[in-house]
Amino acid sequence: MSIDLSQFHQVFFEESLEGLDVMESALLNLDTENCDSETINEIFRAAHSIKGGSGTFGFSTVAEFTHVIETLLDQIRAGDRRIEPAHVELFLKSVDCIRQMIKSLEAGDAVEMSDANDLKSKFQAILDGKELAAAAPVPASTAPTAPASVSDTDAGSSGGAKTWHIYFKPDGDVLKTGNEPSRMFRELEDMGVATVVVDTADLPGIGVIDPETCYLKWNITLVADVEKAQIEEVFEWVIDEAELRIEEVAQVAVTENPEQNGAKPSSVKQSKVEPSDIVQTTVQSPVAEVSVSPAPSQAISAPAAKEPAAQAAPAAKKAEKNKTEVSSIRVGIDKVDSLINMVGELVITQSMLGELSRDFDISKLPKLLEGLEQLSQNTRELQESVMRIRMLPISFTFSRFPRLVHDLSKTMGKKIELKLLGEQTELDKTVMEKIGDPMVHLVRNSLDHGIEMPEDRIKAGKSDTGLITLNAYHQGGNIVIQIIDDGKGLDKEKILRKAVEKGLVGESDKLSDEQICDLIFKPGFSTADQVTDISGRGVGMDVVRRNIQELNGSVEVESFTGKGSTFTIRLPLTLAILDGQLVSAGEHTYILPLISIIESIQTNMDMVHRVAGGCDVLRLRSEYVPIIRLYDIFNIKPESYNLEESLLVVVEGDNMKVALVVDDLLAQQQVVIKSLEENYKRVEGVSGATILGDGTVALILDISGLIKLAGVRKDEYKKVKQGGDEAA
Amino acid sequence: MSRKVLVVDDSASIRQMLEFTLKRASFDVDSAPEPTSALTMADRATYDLVITDVNMPGMDGYAFVEQMRKKSSYRFTPILMLTTESSQDQKVKGKQAGATGWLVKPFNPEQLVATIEKVLNR
Repeated sequence: MSIDLSQFHQVFFEESLEGLDVMESALLNLDTENCDSETINEIFRAAHSIKGGSGTFGFSTVAEFTHVIETLLDQIRAGDRRIEPAHVELFLKSVDCIRQMIKSLEAGDAVEMSDANDLKSKFQAILDGKELAAAAPVPASTAPTAPASVSDTDAGSSGGAKTWHIYFKPDGDVLKTGNEPSRMFRELEDMGVATVVVDTADLPGIGVIDPETCYLKWNITLVADVEKAQIEEVFEWVIDEAELRIEEVAQVAVTENPEQNGAKPSSVKQSKVEPSDIVQTTVQSPVAEVSVSPAPSQAISAPAAKEPAAQAAPAAKKAEKNKTEVSSIRVGIDKVDSLINMVGELVITQSMLGELSRDFDISKLPKLLEGLEQLSQNTRELQESVMRIRMLPISFTFSRFPRLVHDLSKTMGKKIELKLLGEQTELDKTVMEKIGDPMVHLVRNSLDHGIEMPEDRIKAGKSDTGLITLNAYHQGGNIVIQIIDDGKGLDKEKILRKAVEKGLVGESDKLSDEQICDLIFKPGFSTADQVTDISGRGVGMDVVRRNIQELNGSVEVESFTGKGSTFTIRLPLTLAILDGQLVSAGEHTYILPLISIIESIQTNMDMVHRVAGGCDVLRLRSEYVPIIRLYDIFNIKPESYNLEESLLVVVEGDNMKVALVVDDLLAQQQVVIKSLEENYKRVEGVSGATILGDGTVALILDISGLIKLAGVRKDEYKKVKQGGDEAA
Repeated sequence: MSRKVLVVDDSASIRQMLEFTLKRASFDVDSAPEPTSALTMADRATYDLVITDVNMPGMDGYAFVEQMRKKSSYRFTPILMLTTESSQDQKVKGKQAGATGWLVKPFNPEQLVATIEKVLNR
């Protein structure tokens, strides 16, 4: 039976990466002055699991490296050594290093060992420093060292059969640990010829006997081609709770003179055929010390051999690996339980409806309606439960920030405390994956531009330590993520000056504070005096906003000079379902994302102005909003071409407002998004499609795409706006 | 009747590996990611053998074995501990808690099955 261990690799990689995250955050929380033993334990456990797993699955490089870390952690855990800040830094670097190793292994690439070796020697130096290094060279022996063990076996078998006398007297309690002496005797029988004689001398009278206590002792004669250590191995689990004497009776091989050892004559025949048996049994009988037992098994040598192979042909390996890579999520059992529960209810409702339909007459209508109501409730709950499966707490994303802040504040010489709130707020996995990068950018931005240097903070009458808070909460079907800093706030004058310089706003434009702050999200806008390593990576806030908008979300900033800024990201909880507003245009039904709708109005022609370029704008209080006629864009025939008979839905997308002309507003409902790209092809102005209750397909409109299609781009919009001003 | 084994390990990969290996060797296998649920599972079914990790969050392997031994139906059931290296300290603690023996990580599946077969008197 050979088992392909590679099928467990993916799980191992995932749990190791999770373990590393745990290690990292525990390390960052560690107060070296006042060390909490549970935190150390947590770090130790994570390292320990990675080591155990990597050893088992044949990743000896990881196992060896982790072992050194574990040794030091174990000493700290045992109180033999104090943890110092330098250790923490070293451990953090090791976390990075192991993470890199795991990722390389996962991708099938060669494992880069230079960092690991470097760190290993540093750890070794620490360990050696207190002469506690004895445990350190162990990795070599814990790693599967089949060849060495095999030679042991060879040495043993070349000596021929020996006769051993074994005296075994276990403690009375031996049975209470589940150890059966008969098992050990059977193992001895597997090695050769064993004669077991029981000594019942200590057995008390039947009246006082305790059936759970072992009163027996044994004298065993074993004729086998084994070394003393192999016999000891059989008794390994009980060696400390027993009186055990193993003596070699004679060096002479049994085959030559069997009687001499008191072995029964019949054993002669058996011992002749033994050499092959012995080879077999030694292979199979690792007893307990599995790691050092002589088992040239395929399973463990195969993965071990894979690593050098991977180094030789990383590309080929990678190609092979990519095929098998599956991303998975772990789901709490309570979520699965509730799902099963839901399905159960659904089945009940279904059978009830089935029953009704069998001989249906009009008198049963109320019952039918009740059943259908039940069905729709079940469906809704089922949908929610299924969605919940994909939901993960945002702590998965938040968890990378403590390290980021720790490292960056060090490089910048700033003192920063990071506070995480609402870590348990749940979010769809796909959204989570995509929000990470924009968040990193915003946090870097706050660190770099928001929080001041300690001396400047003190001058400003603040504590020298800046505070960055990440906050997440649910609000009306959306998740809100805030990045709050208590730094200097946005320099509004500078922003305005820059915007004028870049022609983003006219010099005479009067903008509210809010509008000024919003300018930082415009393409091509950057006020950094100096492009720093931290946030000036050529990715502007406009990209951040665009990425968030692609997720059907929004981002805005609020800032108070001297007090700090708050970036607020709003995202739908899932990408699979959209809160939609159904609208009709002609015979067609379209869906607008509810989040993008600002208001819907019936207009009269006084509010509509035509400006240069043939574009109509709607005067909406103090603003002018371009009007986009859906029927023009999709080339359909509306119910009415008269704006006064139509409805205008004011929506926002791509940083601008537009008014869409539709015939009517229909229902608001959650729709399941089906990708148009996957099923048909990409269509400008449409972000997807869905199937409505009556089976028809409705297109989900993409506001920014529509704006592009309609040709009311920002530059034109500006013209429109200026024109509008004149018109007003 | 196939024999039932209970596996307790917080590492999913090791747990899956043990489960897979033992099932292939025609054992009936249940597994638990942590000792508390394993203790409940042990009451609901009768296992012929228990394999447990040592380092686990919450309750460690030693405490788990102690708790298991307090159950009348598990007083003599073989309980094996998964340890890393042959740390004498771990073994002694395991024995004191009432463990039958130990399996040292890293182990390979074949050896594991061979050891378990032996413990279960095949």
